Amino acid sequence: MADVVLQPNRAATAKTARKRSSLHNALRRKSTVAFLMTLPLILLIALLVIYPAFYAIHLATLNKSMQRFIGLSNFEFLFKRETFWLVVKQSCIFAITAVIFKAVLGFIIAHFVHNIPARGQRKWRGMLLVPWVIPPAMSTLAWLWLFDPSYSAFNYTLGLFGAGPIPWTGDALWARFSVILVNIWVGAPFFMIMYLAALKSVPEQLYEAAAIDGANWWQRIWYVTLPMMRNIIAITTLFSLIVTFANFDIVRILTAGGPLDHTHIFATWAFRVGIEGSDIPLGASVSLFMVPILAIAAIFILRDVNKRGNEA
Amino acid sequence: MTTVTIDKATRTPKVKYGSMSRDRAWALRWSYFFLVIFAIFFLTPPVYMLITSLKSSAEISAATNPWWVFHPTLENYTSLLTSNQFLRFFWNSAIVSIFVVTITMLISVPAAFALSRMRFWGSATLATGVFLTYLVPETLLFIPLFKMFAVIGDFTGIQLINRWYVLLILYPTLTVPFCTWIMIGYFASIPKELDEAAIIDGASWFQTLTRIFIPVALPGLIAATIFAFTVSWAQFLYPLVFTTSTDQLVMPVGIITTLIKGDVFNWGQIMTGALLGAAPPLIIYAFLMDYYIAGLTAGATKG
Repeated sequence: MADVVLQPNRAATAKTARKRSSLHNALRRKSTVAFLMTLPLILLIALLVIYPAFYAIHLATLNKSMQRFIGLSNFEFLFKRETFWLVVKQSCIFAITAVIFKAVLGFIIAHFVHNIPARGQRKWRGMLLVPWVIPPAMSTLAWLWLFDPSYSAFNYTLGLFGAGPIPWTGDALWARFSVILVNIWVGAPFFMIMYLAALKSVPEQLYEAAAIDGANWWQRIWYVTLPMMRNIIAITTLFSLIVTFANFDIVRILTAGGPLDHTHIFATWAFRVGIEGSDIPLGASVSLFMVPILAIAAIFILRDVNKRGNEA
Repeated sequence: MTTVTIDKATRTPKVKYGSMSRDRAWALRWSYFFLVIFAIFFLTPPVYMLITSLKSSAEISAATNPWWVFHPTLENYTSLLTSNQFLRFFWNSAIVSIFVVTITMLISVPAAFALSRMRFWGSATLATGVFLTYLVPETLLFIPLFKMFAVIGDFTGIQLINRWYVLLILYPTLTVPFCTWIMIGYFASIPKELDEAAIIDGASWFQTLTRIFIPVALPGLIAATIFAFTVSWAQFLYPLVFTTSTDQLVMPVGIITTLIKGDVFNWGQIMTGALLGAAPPLIIYAFLMDYYIAGLTAGATKG
């Protein structure tokens, strides 16, 4: 352990024996101190993240009463259930649609905020980030009330224009739309803030050069802004993909998976099956299906973040 | 403004300049137009919470114009703020958040210091591991954790499920990785000469951390604290799974499980509760917006 630390200092330490031993002791102490400082972190990650993750795999191979090993039967059972495939489909639709809209909306809003004079930007930025600050469980309640079947404020407003009442959370398609809409509402400000920070870091000279070359606004975005922001766009999108795919609060409060399981995603269905239905092994199996897509996204994020670290 | 630019454009031979500034003026107008639309979209739910919270249940069920309060009343606020149950939720949330913030800082600041300054065997791997842990969502772990704590309860007799303090163990899994990660970034940005000077002057590692690093990286520390607080205040899944008795619940779960009684929705009270639940993060955000945003954007950068 100490050897590795010593490597770069070997030349310096070789000078005198006395110096070497004292330095050696100091460095040895340093690595011990460092280890002690990170010990709580290591314990936390090992006991409360890594261990439960593997425990989930173990749980997924047990029967409902958790007394018998049944191998992959839980997965076989899931594959045969129509609801499971519905959940897979809905999770993908939910995550992909929401992330695309969040990314596009965030990009557009960031541009508008970036366009206006600098002294007004703070105020607008502050206002537009509010959805991200409110706890999602609380703001989803407000949406639930806006979507209320009999007192919906949206339907009231639509009624003024003669449009019919919309079954926001009652009809399968509209319920999916509502869930995605709320997710976009919560997540778009995050994209806006990230893109705004990235936009500010694009050197003004590049735009001037592009303007001199006669580039129109579209070409400026396509050839200057997007390439400069590529990394932050990738990180933000992948990060949001993970969070959205694993979302729980919004769907749980807004529709609780209904109508007829048509808005369930992995997290809410795992909760329904595992906690409410007290079939913990089956619930664990359901939540394990999130792992592959999360792992892929995580690998790409890690690559991009490291790249970003090297750039800076 | 436009007239001036047009005049300028016609008088001077440099027509290009005039058209550019006119384009700018239009771009500005469109920007404001769309920003207003987006602001309406983003602020409708919180504003609607406020509107509804000021209505009596009679006015809500009368189904008059939902966007206006005809007879403003504070009865929802008084009834919630005098209800012991609701104050209990608020108290539980506050206690849990404060403890979690403290625990998080005690774990993540020394760890971040060690990982950013005291290179040791496996420190780079551990830093990457911290980031990966941050990407693990709580929805993946709640079932095995629930079973784990149930098993611990069976074997040791330490009852953790349905006690508010179980959240003190659970929330750090969400806050510590991110806080450590952004603190590594902030610490790494401190010039090496600073701590070298401290070490030469005879400061111990611990003194270097408390006397040099924490004061210098204070903005980062504030950002991390805000993050830890908002995450623990807003967390919904863990308290929903791990606590059920009404005296153990925290705000978000408490409001949803107790104010919604069967099919009877007392929307005035629910919206008041939701607004009060959203208030602490919003207040912190209003006063410390720059730190909040710095914390948000720091997550995507490596120090």
